[in-house]
Amino acid sequence: MSENGHDHPHEEPQHERSPWAARIRAIEELLEERGVFTKEEVEAQVEYMEARTYENGARIVARAWVDPAFKERLLSDTKAAAAELGVDASGTIEFATIENTDEVHNVIVCTLCSCYPRAILGRPPDWYKSFAYRSRVVVEPREVLREFGLVVPENKRVAVHDSSADLRYLVLPQRPEGTEGMGEEELAALVTRDSLIGTDVPHSTREASRV
Amino acid sequence: MIRPVAGARFAPGDAVRVRDMDKEGHVRTPDYTKGKPGRIAEILGGFPNPERLAYGGDGLPERPLYKVGFRQADLWHGYGGSPADVLFIDLYEHWLEPREHGGEEKRT
Repeated sequence: MSENGHDHPHEEPQHERSPWAARIRAIEELLEERGVFTKEEVEAQVEYMEARTYENGARIVARAWVDPAFKERLLSDTKAAAAELGVDASGTIEFATIENTDEVHNVIVCTLCSCYPRAILGRPPDWYKSFAYRSRVVVEPREVLREFGLVVPENKRVAVHDSSADLRYLVLPQRPEGTEGMGEEELAALVTRDSLIGTDVPHSTREASRV
Repeated sequence: MIRPVAGARFAPGDAVRVRDMDKEGHVRTPDYTKGKPGRIAEILGGFPNPERLAYGGDGLPERPLYKVGFRQADLWHGYGGSPADVLFIDLYEHWLEPREHGGEEKRT
């Protein structure tokens, strides 16, 4: 028996494996051994996740900005609207899109863990999973947004959405002024990852937005 | 509504209060909402009960899930933002009770 208790070697260099990673790996191996899933299935899931990025969300937003009928479908059935753009979010998790308007700015959090619309946007940023963000954005959202560089005017309502159950939320940001002549692709390039969470808003030039 | 649901007890606009239960396990009702007054914003549909689903059960029967809205000033003593600021959270029906008088909901 090798040191990992199995006959097959591991390829990852030891120095990269934290105690947590080692623990996860050990559990994964046990589940593989017991036939709960195969290594191939795990790899397929990793590939599935890595293939998803916030750019899916940016394409969805840009389409909603140029196509009012698509926007209506997005707000009423996000999963179906995503599928129209080739983003497969099928599965047991549901999705909802929350629209920013002149009256309200929305921001998403999962205070209990780190629920995120992964099937559409891929993995969340690390800060989204941090205790600081999760605990503070519900209590003092305007201060947290200010630290992100986003000042919401006092006369605009801030709505925090705590995704505590089986829905995952995307923010549909407002189309920036001065983008009237832009095509869909150009518009999509303005949409930042954080603007889909609500800690940023898109600007008329990408340089003005934070990446 | 995201999924179909039968027999939902509450309707949009209903005044509710989050039950202040001390329940162990995979509870999806954060402590900061417990005992707080809010209103039903939307019926989201019927979903498996996570408190059973997490322990190998099937989570059935499904529970009605609601998007519940709160005024931030009702959640946090001394909330420093705008009085119009709100928080929405998705809560299962068994965590909600009707609020008859609505007296504790602050006016804006």
